[in-house]
Amino acid sequence: MTSALGKDLVGLEGLTRAQIQLVLDTAEPFKEVSERAIKKVPTLRGQTIVNLFFEASTRTRISFEFAEKRLSADTVNVATSLSSVSKGETLVDTARNLEAMRIDMVVIRHPSSGAARFLAERIKSKVINAGDGTHEHPTQGLLDLLTLRDRFGKLDGLKVCLCGDVLHSRVARSNIFGLRTMGAEVAICGPRSLLPNDVSQLGVTVFDRIEQAIEWADALNVLRLQLERMSAGYIPSLREYNRVFGVTIERLERSPKDLIILHPGPMNRGVEIDSNVADGPHSVILDQVTNGVAVRMAVLYLLAGERPELAEVAKGGGEGR
Amino acid sequence: MPPATTTVLDAKAMERTLRRMADEILELASGSDDLIIVGIQRRGVQLADRLGALIKSRDGLVVPRGALDITLYRDDLQTVGPRPVVGKTELPLDLQGKFIVIVDDVLYTGRTVRAALDELADFGRPARIALAVLIDRGGRELPIHADIVGKKVDIGGNDRVDVMVSELDQRDGVTIVRKDAP
Amino acid sequence: MSDRPVLLKGGRIIDPSQNLDAVGDVLVQDGKIVKAGGKISGPDGALVIDCKGKVVSPGFIDVHCHLREPGREDVETIDSGAKAAVAGGFTAVCAMPNTNPVTDNQAAVGFIIRQAQRANAARVYPIGAISVGQRGESMAEMGEMIGAGAVAVSDDGKPVVSAQLMRTTLEYARSFGIPVADHCEEPTLAHGGAMNEGVVSARLGLKGIPDEAEEIMVIRDILLARRTGGHVHLCHMSTKGSVELIRWGKDRGINVTAEVCPHHLHLTEDAVEGYNTHAKMNPPLRTWADVEALRSAVKDGTIDCVATDHAPHHYDEKEREFPDAPNGIVGLETALAVVNTALVVSGVMSINDLVNRMSVMPAKVFHLQGGTLRAGSVGDVTVFDPTESWTVDATRFRSKGRNSPWTGHQLSGRVHATLVGGNVAWQLAP
Repeated sequence: MTSALGKDLVGLEGLTRAQIQLVLDTAEPFKEVSERAIKKVPTLRGQTIVNLFFEASTRTRISFEFAEKRLSADTVNVATSLSSVSKGETLVDTARNLEAMRIDMVVIRHPSSGAARFLAERIKSKVINAGDGTHEHPTQGLLDLLTLRDRFGKLDGLKVCLCGDVLHSRVARSNIFGLRTMGAEVAICGPRSLLPNDVSQLGVTVFDRIEQAIEWADALNVLRLQLERMSAGYIPSLREYNRVFGVTIERLERSPKDLIILHPGPMNRGVEIDSNVADGPHSVILDQVTNGVAVRMAVLYLLAGERPELAEVAKGGGEGR
Repeated sequence: MPPATTTVLDAKAMERTLRRMADEILELASGSDDLIIVGIQRRGVQLADRLGALIKSRDGLVVPRGALDITLYRDDLQTVGPRPVVGKTELPLDLQGKFIVIVDDVLYTGRTVRAALDELADFGRPARIALAVLIDRGGRELPIHADIVGKKVDIGGNDRVDVMVSELDQRDGVTIVRKDAP
Repeated sequence: MSDRPVLLKGGRIIDPSQNLDAVGDVLVQDGKIVKAGGKISGPDGALVIDCKGKVVSPGFIDVHCHLREPGREDVETIDSGAKAAVAGGFTAVCAMPNTNPVTDNQAAVGFIIRQAQRANAARVYPIGAISVGQRGESMAEMGEMIGAGAVAVSDDGKPVVSAQLMRTTLEYARSFGIPVADHCEEPTLAHGGAMNEGVVSARLGLKGIPDEAEEIMVIRDILLARRTGGHVHLCHMSTKGSVELIRWGKDRGINVTAEVCPHHLHLTEDAVEGYNTHAKMNPPLRTWADVEALRSAVKDGTIDCVATDHAPHHYDEKEREFPDAPNGIVGLETALAVVNTALVVSGVMSINDLVNRMSVMPAKVFHLQGGTLRAGSVGDVTVFDPTESWTVDATRFRSKGRNSPWTGHQLSGRVHATLVGGNVAWQLAP
């Protein structure tokens, strides 16, 4: 028996509308838990979760850690950014070692696309992808969906444009898959050198100019521009990027609608997004952070601890009426 | 043999029972200003609302109400699947010094009430907590008893009690479905 | 070597080198073909192999494989590779020089020849490096290596980045009449790529390698062959565009030949789904349009021959995150079945065409003995059943490599016996 989400969460691609809906709906009551004086429920008591981060990430790791702790799970953080690679230990060895210590779940962040799925296929513990290379970052996608749903009351028919470095963005992929499944219209906008070549086959519209995107969209999800893209020759300079593709207050003021701005963080203020946009009334960036904890609690709750062999034993002894 | 369904309370009887329970709550609270009625999701919430309305129509007293979803405090989460839907928990911010009456539809093993007590403790330290249930069907697995009981029924472990409230089920009433009908 | 004559009885003899396709017998004695065709009564003491219902053809020749010795004897040796070759019906294979150390001098070439003699299975022809250490800088001693037994030069595994080096190599190679085999990959376009650039790479978040990374080098090499008159042989062609460019070159009489691998005739980028590292190779698996173009190019001769690019890896090297896994798959023991399934069973071309592309043409392009059953030619013969289907089980390979994308696949076409120099080098257990 598997949970409503299956054993693992490695991506939003392949999840059904009902499954995504379930996560978003489950996140709602968890928002309230974080507002309580005692922000802790005993739901995952006794469960062991390893946060296995092969890549530095303060924000995602902290968000997962809060989610785990508010559910009373026992958590261990393993930051193996370089240490085990330099020792020559493979990902599968690291994972099997952890599993041998009887852990229930692994939250993995890894620089290689497909790493989360690779792990999920090889260990019995449940695996949550916290970002694999340039592939997916499903909990970020879910929290973006939740934030949009909070604002607009629905996702169906919503027009969302992902702006910037779509080519290298796992956030973009998770958003594209999740939003499309939920019936939203998705566009991307950025310099063509930072957009995948065949992306229109994924069912998205492409805008060459940010002004067109602003005119079309209900919401912009502004992606972080990795600063090393400039040295790699994808764009001429950060200054020019801001001038041509930056989300600025001047551009937003020309918009016919009151669109909202999301950003997965961390922001490069003055590059892909101006400070007065990030801090202004259009921004829902801090709501995203709040929702991040609730969504991750929901995912942990939905995946955690289901053990069918115990279900058999306990049959009839539960909360029958 | 097909399961036999018998009606324990029809709509009228259920209304009478709730009115009596409302009286007993007031009596128990003995005019306390600090009374809060908290229903357990799901049908406990509707019953708490009914009791609140009955108290108001009777005494003109507006009793604050809360809703408690105990899913996250269940002791059998690892054994059930798929995951139960988590409902809303809404409580007045400060429970310090209050008199709380927990309302549920059926009292059986006592595990739901145990979870509710744990959850309430995470919200503060009430002066007193009492339990009011519409049906007490026996079969306790924990040392828990109700202060106010609408009706006691004596049935077997395989039988089922269905409480219906018009807000969710289009009608009021309580039935017993007997699997072990003689 | 025993001198016992071998009589192959009653098979369908297919030898496109002499337009032969008839049921009959083949007699091999003293290392040579004595006669192919008609009814032959064997000399006393001859080993008779019943070939009824099977095809008897000149032995297959693989002009492109990696035998890993010296350097990675843990994943393949010349011995295990040569034995895998005969199990796949190959009587001769050409070993690429990207070993450790690189085969870039006559002593290294001599080492391979000696090891191959010891293995006593398929013939192994060394290919020498184009540049010293395959570093793409100065030319390796080509004349010395040819003298020691090398049959071609290549920096395979890496492209020849410098157009000037490619030009001088093509010119220099004319003295020896050997092909210069190039791995066509424009390195800046292919940099960091893990699979074909397209909709699948966009979805999986893997860096893609565009068609143009191959095609830019294909046209460069063709133009340099035109300038120099040298013979350029293009390794493992994978795109529709490359086929068009080769056709353009051949139409103008330019001395260009090309090979394609079985996997590029059978699989597409979809095989990468689920981050399957057994579908990771360079050049990458492309799209169905490319597969179709390559298939018709094999049929019409735009692509001269099929070569395996047999690339064994240790199992745990492939048991890795996709971007970090090495490129390549083993191919010697599945080549016939894959090509037969992809091209013959599917009706693209005949078995005769298959024998032509796997035996006759490789011999011609690399100027090797074999590739024919003419009387007096070398006794290299393959017996196979083109209709027999079997399920691939990599654990049963003679190769040390297990990295095959076809594990568990049912394929059609099975090798029954392989004769090298008149001796039975391999026979399928009944």
